[in-house]
Order: sequence, then structure tokens, then C-alpha cells
Amino acid sequence: MQNAFGEPQNILVLGGTSDIGVAIARRLMAPSTKTVTLACRRPETAGLAVASLTRPGVVAEAVEFEATDESNHVGFVRALVDRTGDLDVVILAFGQLGDQERLENDPASAADLVRVNFASAASIALAVAAQMRKQGHGRLVVLSSVAGERVRKANFVYGSTKAGLDGFAQGLGDSLEGTGAGVLIVRPGFVHSSMTAGLEAAPFATTPDVVADAVASGLRTGRRIVWAPGILRWIFMILRHVPAPLWRRLPLG
Amino acid sequence: MAPDYRRISLSGWGRTSPSVSLLAEVPVEGLAEHLKDSSDRGVVVRGLGRSYGDAAQNAGGRVLTIADRAAEAVIDDVRGTVTVGAGVSLDELMRLIVPRGYFVPVTPGTRYVTVGGAIASDIHGKNHHVEGSFGNHVERMAILTASGEVVEVSPREHPDLFWATIGGMGLTGVVLDATFRLLRVETSRCTVDTIRCRDLDELITEMSTGDENSRYSVSWVDLLATGRKFGRSVLWRGDHARRSDLDPKSASDPLQYAPRHLLTVPPVVPGPGLVNAATSRIFNELWFRKEPDRQTGQIKSIPAFFHPLDSVGAWNRLYGRSGFVQYQFVVPFGHEDVFRRIIERIVASRLASPLVVLKRFGASNEAPLSFPMPGWTLTVDMPAAAHEIAALSHSLDELVLSVGGRHYLAKDAHTSADVIRAGYPRLAEWRTTRDKWDPNGVFASDLARRLELVG
Ligand SMILES: Cc1cc2nc3c(=O)[nH]c(=O)nc-3n(C[C@H](O)[C@H](O)[C@H](O)COP(=O)(O)OP(=O)(O)OC[C@H]3O[C@@H](n4cnc5c(N)ncnc54)[C@H](O)[C@@H]3O)c2cc1C
Ligand SMILES: NC(=O)c1ccc[n+]([C@@H]2O[C@H](COP(=O)([O-])OP(=O)(O)OC[C@H]3O[C@@H](n4cnc5c(N)ncnc54)[C@H](OP(=O)(O)O)[C@@H]3O)[C@@H](O)[C@H]2O)c1
Repeated sequence: MQNAFGEPQNILVLGGTSDIGVAIARRLMAPSTKTVTLACRRPETAGLAVASLTRPGVVAEAVEFEATDESNHVGFVRALVDRTGDLDVVILAFGQLGDQERLENDPASAADLVRVNFASAASIALAVAAQMRKQGHGRLVVLSSVAGERVRKANFVYGSTKAGLDGFAQGLGDSLEGTGAGVLIVRPGFVHSSMTAGLEAAPFATTPDVVADAVASGLRTGRRIVWAPGILRWIFMILRHVPAPLWRRLPLG
Repeated sequence: MAPDYRRISLSGWGRTSPSVSLLAEVPVEGLAEHLKDSSDRGVVVRGLGRSYGDAAQNAGGRVLTIADRAAEAVIDDVRGTVTVGAGVSLDELMRLIVPRGYFVPVTPGTRYVTVGGAIASDIHGKNHHVEGSFGNHVERMAILTASGEVVEVSPREHPDLFWATIGGMGLTGVVLDATFRLLRVETSRCTVDTIRCRDLDELITEMSTGDENSRYSVSWVDLLATGRKFGRSVLWRGDHARRSDLDPKSASDPLQYAPRHLLTVPPVVPGPGLVNAATSRIFNELWFRKEPDRQTGQIKSIPAFFHPLDSVGAWNRLYGRSGFVQYQFVVPFGHEDVFRRIIERIVASRLASPLVVLKRFGASNEAPLSFPMPGWTLTVDMPAAAHEIAALSHSLDELVLSVGGRHYLAKDAHTSADVIRAGYPRLAEWRTTRDKWDPNGVFASDLARRLELVG
């Protein structure tokens, strides 16, 4: 259960080695937190992440989770709930950025990326939502992106998966109205993380900790959407309406 | 699932941590039926939802309210007791008994609690230092246990279940009805003495030396005042007025009692609510100044003395959408230094609303989860949305535990299993009794899950 300050007992990060996901989990941890579960395709690579979440009285561990193994999603959720109890906060953080040029040259790899970021995400989100509906409470945090707010040519495969996921998450949130469960959509801009390592930073680049702060306050105040940094909300309000010829030429990486 | 269940979002009086349960109002005879096949999320009884946190809600499971009638209460004039259904409120009960010359043995700061809720939280009032908590006055109860069987309990019959149910937060069984001792009163008025104290030391000294001679004693502290005014406070002591205390007009109808609602806060209060440091500061200044330095023998009605907040309906809405938490703890006597440090931290945070109660507790009773213990208790409301409130609360928790104090489950919305385990050394004993009477975990609540009281 979450307490009056929104502090969770159980936290699950899907994509457990995600820099942003782990930062959010760390930020949400409180004296009442009992378990933090990092769901990773290669748990053996999560040593550092687990160490960063280790506290007295908290069970932090990495478990195996392959996002594209959709037939296993319901079973994965059930097994976790049996072991740790209700899902209080679940952070859907897995995703791949891909290399746009390579994706364009290899359509099958584009399909793979779309699957992970959208199809697999939809599947696990539905499995989590079903459990939260049953338990009458819980928050699903979905990592969308400003890249989906208005898709750019520079990363349109990735951007379109985020556009799809964002719309999916909005609809899922609406469908959970009145069930006690809810969805928080997070739209970060460029975040310094392993996903963007080596890339040139975009304007208003930020850090996983800033995203984590935005999520924490969004959860406490019951928001449906948060932006990180917050100013991007206003910038994209304008960018959404920029005429296409100009949009194509904007230097947005 | 019976067709009369509604899916509904429930929260406590503080309006934090809402969750969705299946709710039904059930007559006493039908209760056992509703405990059966209650699914793995279990069932809990809800009274009037006046506990502040998540005690009377059960996410994903069932919540039952009991349809009861005060008119069926039986008063034994020889023994001075009443036997009443647990779903009856103290408000309804008092309308029945006060005109007949009785008062409830313990009343909280609101009349809108049920007898079941009073027992399950083992509530305390302004008379705790001399007369103990509600459970001290209960002679017997009928409890519907998890097996569907009704068990008669008293301090002699199944004392384990009797005491585990007092303060047991609805997790040992459903109290169906109870018999408890009443207080005989000559009038429906109170005589009240008021003492204004300049600072905390003055208040502590005054209460430590003068409380024993009064049945009722309680104080208010200005938790926004700093510097020389730190701890400025008002202490009220009182008792039920005798007929001879009343003026001739009142004395002609000494037991007249008909409290009314004056107004109700509308459901929609602007976003952040109306309670903030600025409005609270003004309120405190006026509140402190309206009291005389020292006054004795003032006559007040029962609602004015015991339940002033009840004249405004749904005042909890004033805090806005995010709600508020009521921080209540007790620290044992001898640790006034830590008590003071806690108050200093609250003052420094500037988060306190004007609703503050400071009280001196007397002896504990035998119930393993009963909150009161000899010591000082402070109750303060704070907005849940405040940024610093989590850090403040956790730091206060540590101070409270460091001297063997504890937190009140009926108010709690933020502590953790560890904090409660440390504060209630007899929790394990309570759990043994609970597991004996409810081996399959039929009774469950959000509070129980959050604080790992069961399971
Ligand atoms: C303005 C205000 C002032 C207050 N002042 C005080 C005070 O001075 N002192 C004090 O001690 N408390 C005080 N309280 C707290 C209040 O007295 C308790 O929370 C009380 O338990 C509320 O009763 P309820 O009927 O609303 O119960 P609920 O809040 O609905 O439920 C409380 C608990 O009782 C259990 N319960 C209810 N009925 C039954 C039953 N039939 N059988 C078994 N379990 C049952 C529930 O499961 C739950 O765990 C105050 C509350 C308010 C809002
Ligand atoms: N960084 C940014 O600028 C930015 C901006 C906006 C939105 N986001 C979104 O935020 C989320 C987290 O990003 P991040 O920056 O933290 O990136 P990250 O550190 O690269 O994390 C991505 C995570 O996804 C996991 N993953 C990828 N494919 C998977 C699969 N098939 N099954 C299971 N897990 C898989 C990765 O696991 P491995 O460790 O095994 O690869 C990794 O844990 C992503 O959804 C991303 O799209 C990021």
C-alpha cells in the first residue's frame, strides 16, 4: 500500500537497468518501502543498480524479464505478486532508441524496435493494470517521451513508438478511472543516460534525477502527465503547431 | 458477489490514500453471510469513517457498514449500563441517554463515531488521565468471528479476544453489540475553567500539578508561535455541571440536549485548500486572544465543550483535494525534553494547522494495541501536499520511538511496519490472538496491509 505521502511498499522497475527507471525507484524509496524489484533481460548486469537501491530492511533484487516474451507477462506479474504482495508503483522504463539510419536500412530491425517499445510495453502494461484493478490501488508510471509529442525525421521510428505508447497510456489511464489504479505518463526531453551516451545533447537536456523528482511530485499530487524538465510542456505547446516545412528544418538533433 | 455491493473509492477523514473497495450496508443478521467467500482480499467493517488514515477501507476487497438502530439500545438503570449495537453512533446514543441523565464514559472530539469504531480504536477523551480509554468501560461484547460464529466475550470470557478487539482496528472480528458503563450526570452542561499559559513550560507544569483534580483536561497550543511566544497555550478543565450550578432558567430543564449542525463545507474547495500558514496564523492569534487569562466555573453545553468541530459539517474539505494528515503520538513521562524538541520541529516547519490538541494520559489498559500510555500526547493536523511533510514526519517518528513512545493507529496514514512494531511491543502477542481467531485472514484492511499487522 502507498501511504498518505504516496510512499510505496513495493516498487517494480520494468527495464531494471534503465538509468531513469532506477533513479525514479531510488527517489520513491521511503522508510515504508519493503521491496524494489528490477525486471531485466539480463539480471546479471544489474549489480550496480541493485547496489544503489540497497537499504537496511529493503529487499532489492534483479529478476529475469524479457519484454518481448509477451506470453509470459501475466505469469510474471502473478509470480511477483505472490512473492512480494501488491504492486504499489510500477515503472515501465524499458525501451530502445535504435540508430535511425540503421533502422531505415533494415526494416526488420525497425519492426523489432517497434515491438519492444510499443507492443511489448502494451502487453505488460495491460497485465499490470489487470492486477492493479483487482487490488483496487496502484500507480503505473509510463516512460513516454517528447519524441512522441511531435515525431521528428531524425528519429521517427523511435518517436512513433513513443507516440503510440503515449496514446495507449492515456487510454489505459482513462479506462482505469474509478478502479483505484492509475497511470502517470512521463514525457522527458533529452536525458543523459546510457541510452543517449555519445549523442550530442539536445536543448534543455536533463538528468535521470530531475525526471525522478518530476515523477515523485506527479505521483503525490495525482497528476496524469508530467514533463521533465517542466518547461518542455510549454515549448511543445508551440512546437506542435509549427508548420511542417519549418518543423523539418528545426535543428532538433 | 451479492448484488447490493457498490464499487467505491474510500478514504479516511484525512482524505489521503484513497482506494477502491466493494461496499455494502448490511443488517446485523446478514453479516455472517457476507464474511463467507470474501475472496483473498478479505473484509473489514467501516463505522463513520472518522479515523484519519486507511483503517476502514480495504482495497480490492469488501467493506461492510452495519445497519443499526439506536432506538434498540437497552439502558440498565440499576447498573448504569447500556447495551447497544456497534453501528450506532455516539451522536445518536447521546440524544437517547443525556435526557435520561447519562453520559458516555469516553467521548472523542467528535460525536460522529460508532460504538464499533470507539472500541476498535480504543478511543480516549479529555478524561483519560483519570478514567482511561473506552475499553476500560466495556463489560462485554458479542463478536462475529471469522468462522461465522458469534462469540460472547468479556474480561473473564475469552479475555484474549476481548482485549485484542479493543484497539484491534476491526481485524479480530466484527463487534455486533456491546455493554458498557455510563456516567450519571445531573445536567447536560459542563463547568469549565480556562487557563491561558504563556509558554510550553508553564503549560507542562500546570498540567502536571493540577490535572488530577479534574475529570476533564485538555489544551490547545499555538504551533505557529515562535520566540518568546513558543508554546503559548490554553488549558481547559471541566466536569459535568450539577443542577445547582445552573441558572434558574436552565435548571428547569437541566438535561435538555439537542445539538445542531450549523453549516457544511461545500464539496469543492479550491485546489490547495484554505488552510495555510497565513490563514492559520491569523486564526491562532484570534483564538489565543479570545480566551481570558484565567476564568473559572464557566457553563458550556456538551457540544461546545466536547465537540466544537461538529458544528461545521465536512470541515475536512477545507484542506483541498490532497487532504491532510493528523500526526498523533505519545511519549512517556520523563521525556519532556524530547516532547519539547518534537514541538520545536513542528513549529519550525510552519506546517501546523490551528487544530492542535495536547493532553496528559493516565494509565494504559490491558489491550495489547491500545494507544494511550502514561505520558504526553500531541495531535496536529498538517496538509498532506506540503513538500517537506514526509521528511518532517519521518524525523518525528524517530524521536517518538527513541524514548519508547508510539503512534495512534486510528490517526496513522504515514508510518511503516517497523515504526508500529517498535511502538507496540505487544504486537506479536496480539497477532497470536488474531491468528487464533482468524487463521485464514478473513479480516483485512489497507491499514493492516500497509503496516503488516496481519498476514
Ligand atoms: C474531529 C475528530 C476528532 C477526533 N477526536 C478523537 C479523540 O479525541 N480521541 C480519539 O481517541 N479519537 C479521536 N478521533 C478518532 C476517532 O474517534 C476514531 O478514529 C474512531 O475509531 C472513529 O470511529 P468510526 O465509527 O468513524 O470508525 P471508522 O473510522 O469507520 O473505523 C475505525 C476502525 O474501527 C473498526 N470498526 C468499526 N466498526 C467496527 C465494528 N463494529 N467491529 C469491529 N471493528 C469496527 C474499523 O474496521 C476501523 O479499523 C477523532 C476523529 C475526528 C474526525
Ligand atoms: N534517455 C533519454 O533521453 C530519454 C528521453 C525520453 C524518454 N526516455 C525513455 O525512458 C525509458 C528509460 O530510458 P533510459 O534513458 O533509462 O535508457 P536505458 O538506460 O538505456 O534503459 C533502457 C532499458 O530498457 C531495457 N530493455 C531494452 N530492451 C529490452 C527488452 N527486450 N526486454 C527487457 N528490457 C529491455 C534495457 O535493458 P538492457 O540493459 O538489457 O539493455 C534497459 O534496462 C525508455 O523507455 C526511454 O525510451 C529516455
